[in-house]
Amino acid sequence: MSITIELPHVGESVVEGTIGKWLKQPGDEVKRYEPLVEIITDKVTMEVPSPVEGSVIKLLAEEGETLPMGAAIAEVATAESPEGVEPEAAAIKVEVTTPEESNSPGTTGYLLRDVTPVGPTGGAAVELAEPTGSNADTGQARPTAVVQPPAPPAQTVQTTPRSGQTRLSPAVRRLAQEHSIDISRIQGSGLGGRVTRDDVLRYLESGPALTPPSSTAPTRDLEGSTSVDGQETHISVSPVRRMIAEAMVRSVTEIPHAWSTVEVDVSGLVALRSSVRTEYEKNQGGSLTYLPFVIKAVVEALKEFPTMNATWGGDKIILKNRVNLGLAVAAPEGLIVPVIHNADQFSIAGLAAGANDLAERARTKKLTLDDVQGGTFTLNNTGALGSYVSGPIINYPQAGILTTETIQKRAMVIDDAIAIRSMMNLCLSFDHRINDGAEASGFLTAVKNKLQAFGPGTSIY
Amino acid sequence: MPRNRTTSAQASKGTTQESRANGTRTKSPLPKGLKTSDLVDYYTRMVQARSLDERIWALNRQGKVPIAASSQGHEAAELGSLLAAEKDGDCFLFPYYRDLALKVAAGLTPVQTMMSFMGKAGDPYSGGRQFPLQGADLPHNIIQISNVVAAGLTQSVGYALGCRMAGEQTVVLVYFGDGATSQGETHEAMNFASIHKLPVIFICENNRYAISTPQSTQMVVEEVASRAAGYGFPGFTVDGMDLISCYEATREAITHARAQGPVLLEMMVERFMSHTTDDDDRRYRPEGEVEKARQRDPVSTFGQTLLDQGILTQSKIDEISAEALKATDEATDIADASNPPDESVLHDSVYSP
Amino acid sequence: MTQSTALKVKGSILAVKSVIEAVREAITEEMSRDSKVFVMGEDVGVRGGVFLATQGLSEEFGNNRIIDAPLAEASIMGIALGAAFRGMRPIPEVQFSDFVWPSINQLIGEAARTCYGTNGAVQVPMVIRMPYGGGIRGGLFHSQNVETHFFHTPGLKVIAPGTPYDAKGLLKSAIRDNNPVVFLEHKKTYRLVRGEVPEEEYTLPIGKADIKRLGSSVTVVSYGLTLHYCLEAAEELAGEGIDVEVVDLRTLTPLDTETIIQSVKKTGKLAVVHEDNITGGVGAEIAALAADQAFEYLDGPVVRICGPDVPTMPFAQTLEDAYMPTADKIAAGLRNLAVY
Repeated sequence: MSITIELPHVGESVVEGTIGKWLKQPGDEVKRYEPLVEIITDKVTMEVPSPVEGSVIKLLAEEGETLPMGAAIAEVATAESPEGVEPEAAAIKVEVTTPEESNSPGTTGYLLRDVTPVGPTGGAAVELAEPTGSNADTGQARPTAVVQPPAPPAQTVQTTPRSGQTRLSPAVRRLAQEHSIDISRIQGSGLGGRVTRDDVLRYLESGPALTPPSSTAPTRDLEGSTSVDGQETHISVSPVRRMIAEAMVRSVTEIPHAWSTVEVDVSGLVALRSSVRTEYEKNQGGSLTYLPFVIKAVVEALKEFPTMNATWGGDKIILKNRVNLGLAVAAPEGLIVPVIHNADQFSIAGLAAGANDLAERARTKKLTLDDVQGGTFTLNNTGALGSYVSGPIINYPQAGILTTETIQKRAMVIDDAIAIRSMMNLCLSFDHRINDGAEASGFLTAVKNKLQAFGPGTSIY
Repeated sequence: MPRNRTTSAQASKGTTQESRANGTRTKSPLPKGLKTSDLVDYYTRMVQARSLDERIWALNRQGKVPIAASSQGHEAAELGSLLAAEKDGDCFLFPYYRDLALKVAAGLTPVQTMMSFMGKAGDPYSGGRQFPLQGADLPHNIIQISNVVAAGLTQSVGYALGCRMAGEQTVVLVYFGDGATSQGETHEAMNFASIHKLPVIFICENNRYAISTPQSTQMVVEEVASRAAGYGFPGFTVDGMDLISCYEATREAITHARAQGPVLLEMMVERFMSHTTDDDDRRYRPEGEVEKARQRDPVSTFGQTLLDQGILTQSKIDEISAEALKATDEATDIADASNPPDESVLHDSVYSP
Repeated sequence: MTQSTALKVKGSILAVKSVIEAVREAITEEMSRDSKVFVMGEDVGVRGGVFLATQGLSEEFGNNRIIDAPLAEASIMGIALGAAFRGMRPIPEVQFSDFVWPSINQLIGEAARTCYGTNGAVQVPMVIRMPYGGGIRGGLFHSQNVETHFFHTPGLKVIAPGTPYDAKGLLKSAIRDNNPVVFLEHKKTYRLVRGEVPEEEYTLPIGKADIKRLGSSVTVVSYGLTLHYCLEAAEELAGEGIDVEVVDLRTLTPLDTETIIQSVKKTGKLAVVHEDNITGGVGAEIAALAADQAFEYLDGPVVRICGPDVPTMPFAQTLEDAYMPTADKIAAGLRNLAVY
C-alpha cells in the first residue's frame, strides 16, 4: 500500500521547512529510519528519516520548495501487507481554519491551537497568512496522543450545603445588616436554596413587602387526609380561610371589576430613597422601603379623585371623608389588611413608621380589631414576591385596589434615545359602578405622576 | 584555662633580637613608590585597627557587641595590599568578613567602626541592618553585600566587567579566605575573569583554617596559588605577615591586572583569635599553635622594622599606641551612647526608587 | 523566512507579533536607547539564544554587550550583579527557569538584599530573564514554575506577562527599573501567543494588573499561559449566561491588590488560576488578601484552580495533560463557583 510522507514537526519552534536535497529518488528502496530527505529550517538543517520500509513512488515537493510542517512531500509503497503494521504517522496533520472574517486579535492576542509541542525550547507553531481565530475557536482535539479525560480541578467548590444550616455568605450578611433585612424573607436562588448576594440586591430594588418573617413565599400547611381512592388529599379549611373565601366571592359577585395598568418611571424615587434611607434608618430605626412613598402618592391622588375613596350605596355613591389606607399583608393564616387611619395626614417618614409598626404587630400577632377595620382603599405590594402585573380582587366594599409591581431596570425610549430606567407597574382594579375608565385612569395617572415627581430633593418629613 | 595572649601594647615591645630572628630587614631601601611617611601612616592605621579589634572582643564579652570576627594576625596582608591600592589610586575593593583592619585602614573612623559593631544608626555600611562592616562603604570604594562565603568573587568580577564597559581602568581587589576557594563560585569567578582578562586581583588571606577545618581537609594542594594555573593566570604565595612583601606583591599585581588580566595572590597569615566571638578554637587547634604564631605578630613586626630603620622611635611608637587607645576609648563611649536605628526605618530601601 | 508577521486584514495593516518577537524588540530598543544595557547568558550571542530571543543582537551590538557566558549559572547571576553595582544595566538570562537554582544565592540571597543591606547606597538595576512553565513536553527540568520563590522575596520585582503587548511594554519598563526584576516568559507563549504590538514607542507600568475581560458573575485572576485558558473558559461560560471577569496580573510583585479587590467586590466570587503548584502559590496569597480585604463582599468560597502538588509536570503526554489547568478544568471550576 502507498503511504504519504508528510513534513514532520521536529526541531525547536519550527514553522516551515525547505526541501534541501532528496536523498532518495522514485524507484529507490528505503529502509525504515533511513534518511529520505534533507530539510532546511530556520533553526537547523536536518535529515528526515523514512517512517516505513518500502520504495519511493513519487516525490511531491521539489528541492528548494518551502512547505509548512505537515505538508505531503512523498509517496512510498510499503513492503508491508495492508493488514500489517500501521506505519507511524510521519507528521501531524494540522488543519488550517480560515475564518469567514478575520478578527483583530487586539493586544490580548490569541493562543494558537492544534499545535504539537516538540522539544523543550518551544512548540511547533503554524505560521499562517491569517490567524486561526480568537480564543473561542476551540478547534480540533490534540491530534497526537490519546487525551485522557481531564482530571478534576485542583480544588472543587463546596457546593452541597450542610443540612439544616442557613448559609449566609459575608456579602449577604453585610447587605442584610446595612438594609435591616430579614434574610428569611428572601427566596434563595443559589445552590440548595441559598440566598445569594444577587437575590438580596434584587429584593432591595423591588422593595420589600410587609411580610412576616415566617413566610417569604408563604408556606401553606398542606397536611390533610387522603381520599379513599388515593387520588386526592383533603385539607380542612381554617376560619380565616373561610372568611377570606366568603369575602372574595362577595367581592367578585357584587362588584363589576375593571382593570387598568400604568408603568411608572421610579428612577427618581430610587435615587431619593437611596439618598435618605441611611440617615432615616439610623435615626428612626426600622427600614425605609418604597412603600411609604407609594402610600403618599396614593393618598394624595385619592384626595384628588374622591370617588376612588368611596363605596357603592345602591342608590348613591358614598364618599369616605377619611383616607384609611389598608395594606395587604400575607400572614401565615392568610391575607390580612391592617389599616393606616387618616393616612393623608402623615409625612412619608410618618407613613414609614406607621407601616413598619403595623408590619411588626402583624408579625407578632398583636393587631387589634381597630387596626383591621375602617379601610377605604387598599394597597397590595405584589411586586415584593416578583409580580410584574396583577389582577387584584377589590377589598369589599371599597371602590378600588392598587398593586405595586416589581421594580425592574428596563431600556426605555426618552427623547428618541435609549435610557436605562427603573420601572414599576401599577395595577388598579376598580368598581365600574362608581367610576368609569376616565376617572380610574385619571387616578392612576395621578399616582404615577406623583411617584415620578419624587427625586433626591423631595423631603420625607 | 585562659591562654596567654599578648596585647598590642606588649607586642610592640618585642625585642629586636626576636624580630630579627623572624627574618625582618634591618636596613633596606624604601619599597618602590613609598615614602617614609607612608610607612608611618600605615603603621598608625595598623595600630588603630588592632586597638579597635581588641576592644570589640572585650565589648562582646560585656554583651555590647553581639558578634565580631577578628583580623588580628591578618593586618599586614590587609594593609599591605591596601597601601598598593591606595597608591595606585584607581582600585575598588570587595573584602570579606575578616577584613576589619582593611576596612578601618581604608578610612572607616573608630566611631563609625564602633557604631557598626554595636548596630547603631550611625553605621555607614548598612545603617545597622547588617552584621558589622557589611554592606557598602562607597566613599572608600568598598562593597561587601553578604557573608555567604565566596559570593563576592563573582560580584567583583562583574564589577570589573562593568568598569571596563564604562571605559575605566579600575583594578578590582577581592579578598577571601582559604575555605572560600572550595566554593564553586570561586572557580566560576576565576574562570570568567581569565576568559575576559579582567583586571581582578584575587587575594586569598590563607590562615589555614576555615572555622575549624584545616587546610589539609579543605584541599589537596598545598598552595592555593597553584590553582591559578588552571585558569591560565599567575598565582603567587606571599608572606602575609610582612606588610612590605604584601605591598610589593600587590603593586606588581595591579600593574599586571590592568595590562594582562587576573592575578591570584595567596597571602599566608595567621589567625590569632577564634573564628568569631562565637567560636572557641581551643576545641580544635593544637596546644601552643596560636602562641607560636603570635611571635610573628605583624603589628609588632612592622613596628620593629620601622624602629630598626630609624623611621620611628620607641617613644613615638608608644605615643601612637596611646593615641590609638584614646581614640578607641572615645569611639566606644560615643557609639555606646548613640541610638540604634528607629523602627520607623524598617521598611525603607527595600526597593530603589 | 520571515519571523514577524504583518497581517493584511480587510485592507488595514496590523502588526501582530509573537511573544518572542516582542521580547527581542524590547531588548533591542532598550539596548539602542541606553549603552549601559547589556545581555549575558549561555548561548545568547552567536546562537541568538536557544529560543532566539537575542537573535541578531550580537551582530548589532557586538559581543561586548551580548556576552556568551560559560556554563555556570551562579556566576552569570553574580557577575551581572557586580556589573550592576558598577552602574551597568545587565540582563542576565537563565536559559531555562529549571536551571536557576545554582544561582539562587546571587539572586535571592544577594541581589534582593543589596539595596536594603547597604541602606539604599547600592542599586541593582538588573533584569533576570528566564523562560518558564510547561505544556511543551518539557518534563521535570524544562517545565518548572519557579515564580513563587521570587514572589516571596522582598527586594525583587517579579513580572509574568501573557501577551506580546504586555511582554514588550513590561520588559522595557523592567530594564529601566533600578531594581532586580525577575522577568518570567512562559515558553509555550513564545511562539504560540500572538497579538497586536504598537509600532511606536511605549512602556507599561510595573505593578498594574489588566482586566482582559470585563464581567459580573465571577472574577478569575491569572497570569502567563493560563491567562489564555481562562479567556477560553470565559467564552465558553458566556454561552451559559455566566459572565466571567478575567484579571491578568501581569506583575506578581508588586501585586495590584487594588484591581483584584475591586473586582472581587464587584462580582463577589473569586477564583485564581495558575500553572504553578497550588500550595503556597500566588493564588494562596491572593485568596488570603481577599479574605482579609474583601471578606464582607464574598458571596462564595475563594477557589484555586492550579497545578497539583507534584514536582513539575511530567514528560508523558497523559501526565502533562493531567497536570495542566486547561480551559475545560477552569470552566468547570468557574461554573461551580458561579452557581454557588
